[in-house]
Amino acid sequence: DIDDVGHKYYLELELEDVLDKESTVNCAAEVLYHLGSKNIAPDVQFTLERELKSTEEADNMFYSQIRSLEKELVAQNIPDSHGHVPPELEPIRRLAWAASGYVIWQNSTESTHFHLAQIKHVKQVKRTDAFLQFDYVVLLHEMVSQ
Amino acid sequence: DQVLHIVPETFQQVQHLQLLCSTLLLDLWKPLLPEDIRTEEDLHIRVPAPLVQEVKNSLDRHMISYRVLIPNVQELVDQSMSRERSSYRQVQEGYVYTEYHPMEEIYQWMTQIQNNNSELVTLHFLGKTFENRTMYYLKISQPSNKPKKIIWMDCGIHAREWISPAFCQWFVKEILQNYKSDTKISRFLQNLDLYVLPVLNIDGYIYSWEKERLWRKNRSPYMNGTCYGTDLNRNFNSSWGSVGVSFNCSSDLFCGSGPESEPETSAVAQFIERKKNDILCYLTIHSYGQLILTPYGSTTKPPSNNEELIQVANKAAVALKGKYGTSYKVGSTSSILYNNSGSSRDWAHMIGIPLSYTFELRDTGTHGFVLPSDQIQPTCEETM
Repeated sequence: DIDDVGHKYYLELELEDVLDKESTVNCAAEVLYHLGSKNIAPDVQFTLERELKSTEEADNMFYSQIRSLEKELVAQNIPDSHGHVPPELEPIRRLAWAASGYVIWQNSTESTHFHLAQIKHVKQVKRTDAFLQFDYVVLLHEMVSQ
Repeated sequence: DQVLHIVPETFQQVQHLQLLCSTLLLDLWKPLLPEDIRTEEDLHIRVPAPLVQEVKNSLDRHMISYRVLIPNVQELVDQSMSRERSSYRQVQEGYVYTEYHPMEEIYQWMTQIQNNNSELVTLHFLGKTFENRTMYYLKISQPSNKPKKIIWMDCGIHAREWISPAFCQWFVKEILQNYKSDTKISRFLQNLDLYVLPVLNIDGYIYSWEKERLWRKNRSPYMNGTCYGTDLNRNFNSSWGSVGVSFNCSSDLFCGSGPESEPETSAVAQFIERKKNDILCYLTIHSYGQLILTPYGSTTKPPSNNEELIQVANKAAVALKGKYGTSYKVGSTSSILYNNSGSSRDWAHMIGIPLSYTFELRDTGTHGFVLPSDQIQPTCEETM
């Protein structure tokens, strides 16, 4: 407890590489939840014991795959009702996880426990430049509603 | 046969490895061809059993370090084959327990189970859902002249938690397939009757199949049909409406218009109330979270037999972890999760059932409610 400021948590955790389950990185973090105001995201500081592996190869593969599509990508219900994700949509799901991570962080308090429940809908937005853009509608589950 | 993992450090090592692979005709798993072996890159080779020592000696002589990735390839193959074979057998018997099933099929399954195991299983009417569907429970009981105590288990109180009804079905199958051969189970059944309700919230379950996968509540209408569903696990008469609920129908935590206002709740409550003196243990299966939860959710005051509750739950968690390493946390809902009133587990304990638990099955959020069907088997096996 930090008087007049909020609650600070010191965490030690192990990060697992989604692309290589055997690869883990130790992480130390400090999370400060601000007193009172529900609208301020918690402060997060963290250090990693070593650099994360480069995802350049996987990123490039994903990029070329999407660029080579004839029509803009559209998909829904990832995963499907039975928990399955077609392999070619796995990167789309990982992207959603990353983006949801930001939204979850911005909305987290000491009593929330958000997880990405499902991607309801994803639509690739047509662009004239070389960037890829996706519009997602995601369902975030707040643990409280168990 | 073993699979070795090597990361060559020098070009000399690469050359030696290429020679080794070509001369001994070793099976390269990664990369596919010897000419693609590179320094700093993973190399996986399968070495036939008779050559394992020779290859390792050669690697040692050339100061090439290696790690055994798979110590016994045949064992791994056999394991994966037996799983296939057993699911083949299940298909033979007409029901695939490693897939999720819609309510239609679960109804058919219940009838089948009774027909095929009539010496042990009887199907019973429990009540009706809001949409007028019949709720059945299965009674597994070995005929005997001595009175038996009861263990009750219900699944699927929350529609979207599909792994829960899948577990109830698996549980029944396991008991019926093994009660003659497994001494633990047969001893169990000598003294206890098992009552299993595979799907409590039938209307909700169907709705999650047909309309909205992440639906949680039942399907009773409120506000003139503008709003649907009560959270059945907030609807029981245990400090009903006091904490962790909403009185707004549009909330996922809507506790209904009063305790046991929902037909599903009252069907279960009436039955358990009638039999409460014989019920030793009340289990209600949910997902997700990997937790074994003890009373209470409505208060932090511990139940009178808290030590015993925790002790038994800890044993269960340890046994569960022994199977696949899955970690379950044990504790009361109010201390581990949050406060909530009106839960079936709290109510069961309050009316006198000594051992009352909520199980939250896999996982911890990666897939959440939408647990892939390939996790049904390991989840059910470890939970057994």
